[in-house]
Amino acid sequence: MSRRLATLFHGRPRLQVGALLAGPMAWLVVGYLGSLAVLLVAAFWSVDPLSGELIHSLSLENFETLLNEPVYRDIVGRTVLIAALVTLTDAVIAFPIAFYMAKVASRRGKAILVVAVLIPLWSSYLVKVLSWRTMLSAGGIVNWALAPLGLSGPGFGNTAVWLVMSYLWLPYMILPIFAGLERIPDSLISASEDLGASPLTTFRRVILPLAFPAVVAGSIFTFALTLGDYITPKLVSNNQFIGNVIFNNISTNLPLASALAVVPIVVMIGYLLVARRLGAFEHI
Amino acid sequence: MRLSRRSTLLLRTAVALGLAFVYIPLIVLAIYAFNASNILEWPPPGLTLEWFPKAIHEEFAREAFLTSLKAASVATAIALVLGTLAALAVARHRFFGRETISFLVILPIALPGIVTGVALSNTFTQVLGVDLSLMTVIVGHATFCIVVIYNNSIARLRRLSTSFEEASADLGANTWQTFRHVTLPSMRSALGAGALLAFGLSFDEIIVTTFTIGAGEETLPIWIFRNLFRPNQLPIVNAVAVIVVLISILPVYIAYRLTREEEGTGAAPAGGARGGRIEGGGVETEATAVP
Repeated sequence: MSRRLATLFHGRPRLQVGALLAGPMAWLVVGYLGSLAVLLVAAFWSVDPLSGELIHSLSLENFETLLNEPVYRDIVGRTVLIAALVTLTDAVIAFPIAFYMAKVASRRGKAILVVAVLIPLWSSYLVKVLSWRTMLSAGGIVNWALAPLGLSGPGFGNTAVWLVMSYLWLPYMILPIFAGLERIPDSLISASEDLGASPLTTFRRVILPLAFPAVVAGSIFTFALTLGDYITPKLVSNNQFIGNVIFNNISTNLPLASALAVVPIVVMIGYLLVARRLGAFEHI
Repeated sequence: MRLSRRSTLLLRTAVALGLAFVYIPLIVLAIYAFNASNILEWPPPGLTLEWFPKAIHEEFAREAFLTSLKAASVATAIALVLGTLAALAVARHRFFGRETISFLVILPIALPGIVTGVALSNTFTQVLGVDLSLMTVIVGHATFCIVVIYNNSIARLRRLSTSFEEASADLGANTWQTFRHVTLPSMRSALGAGALLAFGLSFDEIIVTTFTIGAGEETLPIWIFRNLFRPNQLPIVNAVAVIVVLISILPVYIAYRLTREEEGTGAAPAGGARGGRIEGGGVETEATAVP
């Protein structure tokens, strides 16, 4: 049987490609993109205000609501802003760690650091958020540590959301940058040094441009994960983010929830197209 | 790289601060698992070991743990098959639309979980008329796990010289035999590392799960979420979390060993073979796979 199949495929590359791609494409195109298409269509439906039943005719009502209601504009603005801040924060914290791991640490130190960065990735997301919730609460360790200095922690709110999300997604930024830096041959760095560049110049003119696509790759995760998270905002703030509004409307107003879900889809597809241009896909 | 003593010191400080940021919340969490009171104040009034036996005997948590194991194993298995197939097509063939495949594979993980969750649950319940269950959770998880396997496989396939496959074909092996005896063995560690990462992703996932799980079923993250707000259960949740972290150290270590072994035997001869390659828990230097 397998021999006969193999003979069938022999010298027929098109047939081989078809056989290889049939499963993955059925799953991703028909299943996944199909589901997204259904969601997109549902975004144009509406809900009968009296009976609460779905009206399946198409209208732009939901998108008008999103554009005209200041509440939604604020929520979208806040979510995108926090996502950008989290991405920036993570890039700043991750780069030195990744750089040390890739180019400075000994072989042994590197191995230890890789494992040290991977372990938090394996510990429960919820429990990490919970840990921050207790740390930031009134009687928590943050206030306790800051009290002798006469300071107090940020408490719950946007600052807490920014802090906790930066914390949660940091490993997703460290790992691609580390891998990206590892790919830069040491000889390039030596060449720059031998030609008389100061470490800062070498960093700015050689390392940073080569590592930039990896930073963009990491940013895809930090940005996307922040854009959709509704649990962290719920646990460490009273503020609404896109995810919260989708979650709250899903059972009462599915069309509006779907229209809101289109926002992160559009934002992320735009982000991915730019990221691909910058060569980030090689680093994911 | 040659760095001045001051820059090295500066860099080390940044690394130490970064690691402190990463580990302090985990340490605080671990300490609370021994907290004698169930009020989460700092410092804890006293320490106790009572939560650990309670956590181990918590029946729902155990059941949820097993459910998570099941979901993550099946999702990983599906992702392994689909991810490897797609990677083989892209790395070894030229065809129309080849560039779009990577985009398509990345999409489920680049779109926020809530979008994937809402889209899938909508399709299952409204279009297909399927009841939500553990199966629907597995479909959701497999969808975003494909990318991890795909990226690890494609990185390995690109590094793997095709001359071995050509030699195999010249010696009379058919397509299947070449894959089975030449290509697959040299992809083993990349697949292993990818599978572990996919497993970890699925095991800890909560958002897609929330939208696709059936009534009456619980994965471990769902169990944790349901017990977060019960003051009596909170210390047990902390203990469960610590146990899960401890259990997870083992797979991370195995992943690391798995890839190190390969390095030693040189089982992946490649055009651009370099020394000092480190792979651990899905980290490949050629391309890192992260969610």
